[in-house]
Amino acid sequence: MSVETERSSTESEVSGLDYEETALTLRLPGGTSRVAGSELDRKRGFSETVELGLGSGAPVGTRGVASTDDQSDESPESQASVAEKPPAPKARVVGWPPVRSFRKNVMKSCKLVKVAVDGAPYLRKVDLEAYTGYHQLLTALQEMFSCFTIRNYPDEERKLVDPVNGTEYVPTYEDKEGDWMLVGDVPWKMFVESCKRVRLMKSSEAVNLAPRAQQS
Amino acid sequence: MREEISDMSEDDETGERARWAPDLSKNRSDDSDSGPGPPIGDSPPPFSDQILENVLENVLEFLTSRRDRNSASAVCRSWYRAEAQTRRELFIGNCYAVAPHRAVERFQSIKSVVLKGKPRFADFNLVPFGWGAHFEPWVKSFGAAYRHLERICLKRMSVTDKDLTIIAESFPLFKDLTLICCEGFSTFGLAVIAERCRHLRVLDLIEDYLEDEDDEVVDWISRFPETTTSLESLVFDCVSCPFNFDALERLVARSPSLQRLRVNHHVALEQLRRLMARAPQLTHLGTGTFRSGAGFGEVDPNLDLVSAFGASRSLVCLSGFREIEPEFLPAIYPICANLTSLNFSFANLTAEELNPVIRRCHNLQTFWVLDSVGDEGLQAVAETCRDLRELRVFPLDPSEDSDSSVSDIGLQFISEGCRKLRSILYFCQRMTNAAVVAMSKNCPDLVVFRLCIMGRHLPDRITGEPMDAGFRAIVMNCKKLTRLSVSGLLTDKAFEYIGCYGKLIRTLSVAFAGDSDGGLRYVLEGCTRLQKLEIRDSPFGDASLISGLPFYYNMRFLWMSSCNLSMRGCKEVARNKPNLVVEVIRDGVEEEEEEEIEAVEKLYLYRSLAGARTDAPAFVKIL
Repeated sequence: MSVETERSSTESEVSGLDYEETALTLRLPGGTSRVAGSELDRKRGFSETVELGLGSGAPVGTRGVASTDDQSDESPESQASVAEKPPAPKARVVGWPPVRSFRKNVMKSCKLVKVAVDGAPYLRKVDLEAYTGYHQLLTALQEMFSCFTIRNYPDEERKLVDPVNGTEYVPTYEDKEGDWMLVGDVPWKMFVESCKRVRLMKSSEAVNLAPRAQQS
Repeated sequence: MREEISDMSEDDETGERARWAPDLSKNRSDDSDSGPGPPIGDSPPPFSDQILENVLENVLEFLTSRRDRNSASAVCRSWYRAEAQTRRELFIGNCYAVAPHRAVERFQSIKSVVLKGKPRFADFNLVPFGWGAHFEPWVKSFGAAYRHLERICLKRMSVTDKDLTIIAESFPLFKDLTLICCEGFSTFGLAVIAERCRHLRVLDLIEDYLEDEDDEVVDWISRFPETTTSLESLVFDCVSCPFNFDALERLVARSPSLQRLRVNHHVALEQLRRLMARAPQLTHLGTGTFRSGAGFGEVDPNLDLVSAFGASRSLVCLSGFREIEPEFLPAIYPICANLTSLNFSFANLTAEELNPVIRRCHNLQTFWVLDSVGDEGLQAVAETCRDLRELRVFPLDPSEDSDSSVSDIGLQFISEGCRKLRSILYFCQRMTNAAVVAMSKNCPDLVVFRLCIMGRHLPDRITGEPMDAGFRAIVMNCKKLTRLSVSGLLTDKAFEYIGCYGKLIRTLSVAFAGDSDGGLRYVLEGCTRLQKLEIRDSPFGDASLISGLPFYYNMRFLWMSSCNLSMRGCKEVARNKPNLVVEVIRDGVEEEEEEEIEAVEKLYLYRSLAGARTDAPAFVKIL
């Protein structure tokens, strides 16, 4: 019994993808427009995630070396200068405790992989360690690209569907050996360990993948 | 020593209060007591003086200490010239304190450069990206002037691949590149260095932040010359992308002088074993990870690993241990007694897992560890490592409200067991004055005391009092203390004590502390050797800032963020002190804004011969 996952995000026009909005950036969409090629645009490696649910408005200036805490981009109020006793729970503050990003990243044991979508000119990065299973990952992908619905087939194949033109995308990944496999074939932990990058491939092109694809 | 530069970060020998480098301009306000130096471009000395200078130069060749050299150069014009001719190492603690061309004009025969850029709080995301500290103008000046340059050591600088290319092209004798907490370059630049610096001995990349190259990771390891290399040290644990392991193995095999090797986390134990077999002469090893490469009918690595470590009789320093699988730790037992330095600060170990290792490390002098080992783990350290000089305890979970398993109890153990301790960095959630006092009495040799109670404004967990008494004891009893970081609930009294007793302190780090302007005043007026002062989130205002006017020329820098400063106060400082650069850093500014915000969020001021820098981004306003 397949369950159609309701689209959680608001409808957006797939064809008119707002590149600026969905391009790799460290701040919430709808912020001040960037000057293309300016220094402030340079992406940082490592700890970037593209989780957009940051809540409060992130000050643009703190886009430097991104702290791995997803709450590190906080509103200026929490950087209050007066040393009053803050209420519990405390709003997190930038750079406190004073631990270098390098160390934070290592301890977080990030497993960042790039996610590409056939036909889209941009990449996203996801932290595989942040998810506990395939469903979570696919849900995140769905939210990320804001335009897919997860469709589960009876034999547990998973596909993402672009609702505007009905194109089906099959999540695939490149493993350590350089082979392209279907996402979902191996146990989750093994997948996390061996996945180098993810590509949402158009179904029509996915026929030559690992044997499982032939079983449907 | 290399370790000291990278690990004992701030504790270099900067000049003291009275030792501001001679000014090279004729008209200058005379706050500093070193007096004006000789003007540049005066006529050459008479012949007899030249002979004297030659003799002097021969003598001054032997003078290596920076402080001594600064003193010698201030004696007279002749000594100034001779010293300039014979200086071989250029140390610039703040890249904006002097212009490159000036340094290059004065010192013409430099072989080694140490250059530091961003303020330390940049490590904690307090300095917006793009602030500055570009290496480019420096490397261009050096490239034109110093044909014999052999060594470059940079800390917190922005270094591009182009800069690295200029290094490779400009210095035929280049031997040593050390980059600490730098950013802006990628494996492309590393490949250029590897390929073209044929005499390279040291390539140390320490906690740098490499640029993402998308799909363009360059196989830089393969670019080292195919012949026998002169490599002595190769450290790249911060280069996070995968690399060509086979090429590394071959490189190690043809580098007979290699003593220090620290690989990144793409190396598993099976591979480590192979590397160690190629280089049994290693003294420093960074293991990358410490786990098996996984499954599928591999030979049990434990066997080979044991013999690999057993054969490495020269190892004195071990680090790495990421993603640790503790069942493999027994392999290092044979060499524990030889270790003087052990870095477990990326290994999530319990006290039980640490115990059998640490109990064998009788000769340990430097130990870095995670708080996962708890007070119990620290007790084992205290009971075994009687010779310990440096201890760093990092938080497994670096957030304010985490559960840390180390506390005042662990600190007490350490103080009782490790009497020779010189340097400590201790992250915790709970602390008492009593434990800090105990440490101050038991460890009189302390030079560096950095306590980070992660919860803000936390008092003594038993008495509920502020932590003033503990820090008072530290500054009173530790008479060699030069570096101090404070935390916990602190009143102005704590700063009164610091100002009163902390006469040797050169670096002071303050966060979420103090009550009023008085606190900062005490420090500025009392700590006569203060060089570097960094303050965040403390209620110090314009009055305290202005009270420091007589002292700022004798300091390298002052950083104040999220305090009570305003433009009025900062402008007054700038007005009064022409040789100070006063930077107001604002977050979230992309273009020049018409209206000025009165409150100053971030202030960074530093003495400089170069005046206001020309490369400041829009979010930096120089007053």
